[in-house]
Amino acid sequence: MVKAFLRDYPTEARLLLVVLAIVLFLSLASDSFFTLVNFTSLLNNTAVNLIWAAGLLVVLIAGGIDISFAVAASVVQYVAVYVFEALGGGNWAIGFVVAGALGIALGFVNATLIHHFRIITIVVTIATFNAFFGLLMFFTSGRFLYNLPDWWVDRIIIFEHQTANGTWAELTLPVAVMVLCLAATWLLINRTTLGRQLYAFGDNPEGARRLGINIALMQFLAFGWMGMMAGIGGLMQVNIVQEVVPNALIGRELDVLAAVVLGGARLGGGRGSVLGCVLGVMIVALTQNGLNLMGVSPFAFKMVVGAIILIAISASNLSFARRVRPPVGGWK
Amino acid sequence: MALDTPGAALTPAISFRHVSKVFGGVHALDDVDFEVMPGEVHCLAGENGCGKSTLIKIITGVYTPELGVEMAFFGRRVASVTPNIARQNGIAVIWQDLALFPEMSVAENIAFETLLGNLPRLVSYRSLRARSAAILETLGEDIDLDARLNTLPIAQRQIVAIARALISDAKLIFMDEPTASLTQSETDSLLGVVRKLAARGVSVVFVSHRLAEVLDIADRVTVLRDGKLVGVFEAEGMTQSRLTELMTGKTFGAEVAARDMTGAPAVLEVEGLSRHGEFEDVSLTVHKGEVVGLTGLIGAGRSELGHALFGMTRPDTGAIRLLGRALHLRSNRDAVAEGIAYVSEDRLSLGLVQPQAIADNIVLPILSRISRRTGLISPTEKAGRVEHWLRELSIKAGQPGDPVSTLSGGNQQRVVLAKWLATNPRVLILDSPTVGVDVGARAGIFRIIRVLAEKGLAILMISDEVPEVYFNADRVLHMAGGRIRGEYDPRKVTLKELEAAVYG
Repeated sequence: MVKAFLRDYPTEARLLLVVLAIVLFLSLASDSFFTLVNFTSLLNNTAVNLIWAAGLLVVLIAGGIDISFAVAASVVQYVAVYVFEALGGGNWAIGFVVAGALGIALGFVNATLIHHFRIITIVVTIATFNAFFGLLMFFTSGRFLYNLPDWWVDRIIIFEHQTANGTWAELTLPVAVMVLCLAATWLLINRTTLGRQLYAFGDNPEGARRLGINIALMQFLAFGWMGMMAGIGGLMQVNIVQEVVPNALIGRELDVLAAVVLGGARLGGGRGSVLGCVLGVMIVALTQNGLNLMGVSPFAFKMVVGAIILIAISASNLSFARRVRPPVGGWK
Repeated sequence: MALDTPGAALTPAISFRHVSKVFGGVHALDDVDFEVMPGEVHCLAGENGCGKSTLIKIITGVYTPELGVEMAFFGRRVASVTPNIARQNGIAVIWQDLALFPEMSVAENIAFETLLGNLPRLVSYRSLRARSAAILETLGEDIDLDARLNTLPIAQRQIVAIARALISDAKLIFMDEPTASLTQSETDSLLGVVRKLAARGVSVVFVSHRLAEVLDIADRVTVLRDGKLVGVFEAEGMTQSRLTELMTGKTFGAEVAARDMTGAPAVLEVEGLSRHGEFEDVSLTVHKGEVVGLTGLIGAGRSELGHALFGMTRPDTGAIRLLGRALHLRSNRDAVAEGIAYVSEDRLSLGLVQPQAIADNIVLPILSRISRRTGLISPTEKAGRVEHWLRELSIKAGQPGDPVSTLSGGNQQRVVLAKWLATNPRVLILDSPTVGVDVGARAGIFRIIRVLAEKGLAILMISDEVPEVYFNADRVLHMAGGRIRGEYDPRKVTLKELEAAVYG
């Protein structure tokens, strides 16, 4: 069992070791790290990134890349505010449907440009990143929205526990949603035929085409899924921060992208797993959390996180190069 | 299986008559007939550009043929063929690049067909594995179903591609150059699989440049030349030279070209060269104007020796001398500076920058030599050199500025040669110079090698095709297990004897 895991998931196994090493180090370095209160708040704070990571994973597996999703999430938040108003306030059920549908629509914009105009994904999403953000700032004039429906901003606690010293450890709704999103993504990519087609398409697009895989469907599925996760992540983000700010999410796309790639998803397609993606995001989150607790300046965060990602990715590339030698006659 | 009803064997698996295809006014195919019987191994032979792939693409529904065509699968006439119709009739193609998914498991690669469809269904890995295992068993192959495809050697991927074709109930499989990157023993086992398929009633259409194996495996051979049908021939009784003549329309004298050049001054001398795990105690001499053939099975250490002579790896012990002076090569740059050129085995992908201009490819290794003192490249110098080599090797190119990818295989081969000859080498190491080159172009390459030798170049020609070194080298060294096992003079042994020594 362990052996099979090590063979089939070498990247994940290594990341798991790194996570354990970080946890061990921080437990020794800081008193407040290895506590239930800290872990629950870590999960609450990482939930949105994990939801987005699940979406991005699907795009990466299909051989694409998306840097427009965080801005798309902001667009979803703004439009959703008006939709809820028009629907007389809305509720959670409407909230998920509206946010998901808006996200899917924005994802389909990307997919349409990619498939019908044959533009490569990074160029398309750089363009839509700018277009979405420009439109958002233009129409909102950068206005913050605080007057939001109560259901949206009320904290929903799904787990609570009072610790010995009287503080409360709580898990909130975004964590539950995050778990569902990850589970759904796992189901999609590992257990459904369309998910396996996504892998195949990302791995060898020409081979997939010749086999009769519906290429348009793949692009719309990947970017639609990403869009849905972007929308749901945006919905959850509002629940956490209780406001809608047009430029609050910009920049998050690169953090998530780096974490997902750290988790073993390959730029270029065909490889990546939900477990690796979770571990990648957690490594970054744990490091930030630990630096925070140890009183390191926030400006050092990005530097340290960047270094960790570089080290982790070069380490996994090195071992990859040793293990798999090019076949006779070179790679085809 | 297909033969269980009497008379079934008389109905061809496919019958295509009067097939023509015109591309921009040019007849790629001109009234060609093609017929394959059930359970037959049929070879489709012809030089590059003769229309083989156009024919395959028409039969598999990728191209639409011109009017007047008559098409039938298993006796049933069809009016038109689409990829879907071809597949439903059991026609499968294994392209040279296999079209597999390297990151996915063997089982998924074999049974991916069961995962197709636009509506999501749950995947049953159990049935996926069971179906794949069943197919592999009929082929008598044992491959780990859970292994990722890219951890397998090419030969096994080939088997996976065949298994994939069989799982979709293929009754006729086209194999496009299936043995191009296989070793001799891998080729033998692939041919074994092909025979098994034929015995089960599956027809196989084999496209290959290796005529020996074509004649070994095929029942019949259809020869195309310039888009026209030359004829359909029984493989039994056909010889390689006859087949070459049919394919090219020319006669090639297969005569031993060896001369005794051992009296000329030694250019490259290797003494007691060893590198752990690759080759041992190798000593050889190449004289001025001499072509030395180095043959042996893949894995004998031939290419590894070539790499060491070119400074890409460092030998553990032994000496390499050039014109009597000991060389200590630290990199292939040193080797180029000393006048050693090495044309690698996989030159079409590793040896050329395909999208770049022919001219740029030729001057690539000598950029510093055609630069002015300012460090900028001299256009006149460049044009002069390029023109010289295009003429010298009679490369048929539109414009020197055209991308290399627009050239035929044989001409690309010459560009690689030109690129290395431009470095003005004293020693030329050629690793498998004819891999992927068709018969007519091969003769041209050997003619060039001969001319270069006559101009005084010392040439070490590495090849696993024994006839190639037998007919074209002055001396033949046989390598096995990392050691030189013997030296032969082609004028004193027969090809059979040499082949027996190498393959035996």
